[in-house]
Amino acid sequence: MALHPILSATLRNKTGAILIALQIAITLAIVCNAVFIINERLDQIGRPTGMDVDNIFVIQSVGFSPKYNPADARRMDMDMLRAMPGVVDAAPISDIPLSGGGWGDALATKPGEGVSEQSGNIFTVDTHGLNAFGLKLVAGRNFRPDEILEEDSQSTDFPKVVIVTRAMADKLFPNGDALGKTVYEGAGGRHAATIIGIVERMQGAWVHWTGLERSVLAPIVYNQSFTRYIVRTEPGRRDAVMQAARQKLDTSNPGRFIQKVRSLADYRAKSYADDTAMATMLGVVTALILTITAFGIVGLASFSVNQRIKQIGTRRALGARRRDIVRYFMIENWMITSIGVVVGSALAVGVNFWLVNLFSIEPLTWYYIPVAILALWVLGLLAVMGPALRAARVPPAIATRTV
Amino acid sequence: MFIYNLRLAWLSVRRNPILSVLMVGAIAIGIGVSTTTLTVYHLMSGNPIPDKSNQLYAVQLDSRSKEATSTDPPTQLNYRDAMALMHAHRATRQTADYITSLVVHPPRVEQKPFYAVARVALSDFFPMFEVPFQYGSPWEKADDESGAQVAVLSHDLNQKLFGGANSVGKSLQLGDRTFRIVGVLAPWSPTPKFYDLENNHFGDTEDLFIPFGLTVPMQLQSSGNTNCYGSAGDGTFTGFLNSECNWIQFWVELPTQADRDSYMQFLNSYVQEQKRVGRFPRPLDNRLQNVTEWLNFNHVVSDDSRALVALALLFLGVCMLNTIGLILAKFLRRSPEIGLRRALGARRSVLFRQYLVEVGIIGVAGGLGGLLLAWLGLWGVRNLISDGARIAHLDWLMVGAALLLALAASIAAGIYPAWRVIRMAPAAYLKVQ
Repeated sequence: MALHPILSATLRNKTGAILIALQIAITLAIVCNAVFIINERLDQIGRPTGMDVDNIFVIQSVGFSPKYNPADARRMDMDMLRAMPGVVDAAPISDIPLSGGGWGDALATKPGEGVSEQSGNIFTVDTHGLNAFGLKLVAGRNFRPDEILEEDSQSTDFPKVVIVTRAMADKLFPNGDALGKTVYEGAGGRHAATIIGIVERMQGAWVHWTGLERSVLAPIVYNQSFTRYIVRTEPGRRDAVMQAARQKLDTSNPGRFIQKVRSLADYRAKSYADDTAMATMLGVVTALILTITAFGIVGLASFSVNQRIKQIGTRRALGARRRDIVRYFMIENWMITSIGVVVGSALAVGVNFWLVNLFSIEPLTWYYIPVAILALWVLGLLAVMGPALRAARVPPAIATRTV
Repeated sequence: MFIYNLRLAWLSVRRNPILSVLMVGAIAIGIGVSTTTLTVYHLMSGNPIPDKSNQLYAVQLDSRSKEATSTDPPTQLNYRDAMALMHAHRATRQTADYITSLVVHPPRVEQKPFYAVARVALSDFFPMFEVPFQYGSPWEKADDESGAQVAVLSHDLNQKLFGGANSVGKSLQLGDRTFRIVGVLAPWSPTPKFYDLENNHFGDTEDLFIPFGLTVPMQLQSSGNTNCYGSAGDGTFTGFLNSECNWIQFWVELPTQADRDSYMQFLNSYVQEQKRVGRFPRPLDNRLQNVTEWLNFNHVVSDDSRALVALALLFLGVCMLNTIGLILAKFLRRSPEIGLRRALGARRSVLFRQYLVEVGIIGVAGGLGGLLLAWLGLWGVRNLISDGARIAHLDWLMVGAALLLALAASIAAGIYPAWRVIRMAPAAYLKVQ
């Protein structure tokens, strides 16, 4: 079928066509950028953590009685938790990964003032830490019991050995030979520690920090009234064990109280709450705008069908088949959509440029545009289908009527 | 005449119910989405203390070591500098504060002890930030550093411990010490929580307040951010207090520009003096930022919420284009009627008004629908965002704005179609009949 007669018919009522084309253009611009931002956020949330996130929970225990002995309480709690059915392992920790709060520190490869340091995120554990977090040791060994440092809360001592993540190891020693090397902590590098192990990955406390994977495990347990325990359970048993553990700890020691028994997944969800919210809102906006645009196409196509009832009848009377009529409206709509998506592609790049400049949003990946173009073509054709089929049902006899 | 316009418009709206629903729906969705995002933005960017926002200043001193790479000085002070500024008394009012966790032993024995967040502050904190009291008052200025064990409770904590009764004068055990309650706050939740942007921009206010002077006797530690530039001390509490670890927020009230200038001079001369004893190795970079500047500096309005507003306005644009198209279709379909009315002597202005009334009706309906959608949208946002309750509720300003926006959008959408149809020559549409 020749495009020319369709085009010239469309041009007789330009305004409707222009409006639809513009609407499609802006829709494309919004949808491209929105879907791009959604995917970017979902990718961030879905990054591997290196931990057995779904089967871990955290407990806070606070001693308040003068008779409370932190070291004894910890040992008793640990024995009790580790013996519970469904528990894989448990360990005392200082800070909670993925929670937004933690101990940021810098490590240097040389002692002395003014040497270059690499910032990292330190987590304290005992010998059960690796297993309780579900970390994968890729080189070296775990801590030995005699390497665990017992400190009170004021102490600024640092252990003689550390385990670091692959990311931290590579940052400190880009040649990949970190195992066995010495790192220095504190002012002037006054504490030297040997890297005895490397774990594949462990995300730290601040999920929006570029050094998220630069974690360091230090073998320290604190003898203070406020402590945190991490417990890893067998798959699927987390919630039941969490409740049981809370009850047991609540009654085991009258000199303290238990608070904030929460899953690690919960901490992660809270850290990413704003990203999830952004993705959800953009998802809703995308769905709504596609709906509105589809309805707009339906409305205007219906109108143009109504206006051309007589012409359709005439064409049918002159021998046009139903499918020719359907095709006519489909092609007309496709042409309008195509103009829209061409303008929209430019607009999408423009909007993205603007978002990147003003709101620290990443530049758009190119393939989002062709995908969105395809989607809008399909949407346009589906939307025009109804009115086009209705047009095809116009009887040829209508051409002979005057009114 | 207007009533007549309205009646005709209503008839016309009813004649094409589906088209009318589509138009109202498009406007409603556009308004709903814009109002939702605008409300979040509006509440995020609200001024929490409008009458004093340019008299309250956050103090920053660049006490960092040479190696620090960020371009801005720390947002908190270390203990030494905070004490020096506090004792200089150079501002009309001043407060040094931080948060800490304390074990509260409820007076009712059946309640278990629990952790509460305490703000350790100076008595000026309350008048400076216009904190409302339900019972009692702040502690005396003399108690700021005397080590007096006095406390001000939040409305919620007083509710929890004393069932909301006047608890002033009662005692409360915090940790291993007994405190006397001197005041209870009325509900107070500034949004954003401008006086402490270190920890959570839209978080809850603290459970209780105690004097700064208790820091040393109780060996209190901040449960908020602590940033160390150099050594964190020798492991003793005194060592930590004397270290270059920054953990104290310092605010001053300076009523006039002259006060601000002279305070700045004082800060600079203090730092110069400290440089002579070997501290403050970096070039002079002390700052005083008022509340508005402080909110901007701390990026309180998230980029996400701004980007959402931008996208939502584009979205409203699409909805308007959609509506223009539909209105045009509708008006053109009624061309014969217009031709008839024109032929019978109706003036263009009369017809134009008729059409604007008609789109106005659609706009108002769309606006009301939009408000309903915005209410739904904000309910969703409250469940999605951390602390969403603070920044996602409709206020009258936004209700008015939404209705006006809807009316303006629909009339803007109606002007072109109305203008198109009234310009047509009546004869063309009379001929067929």
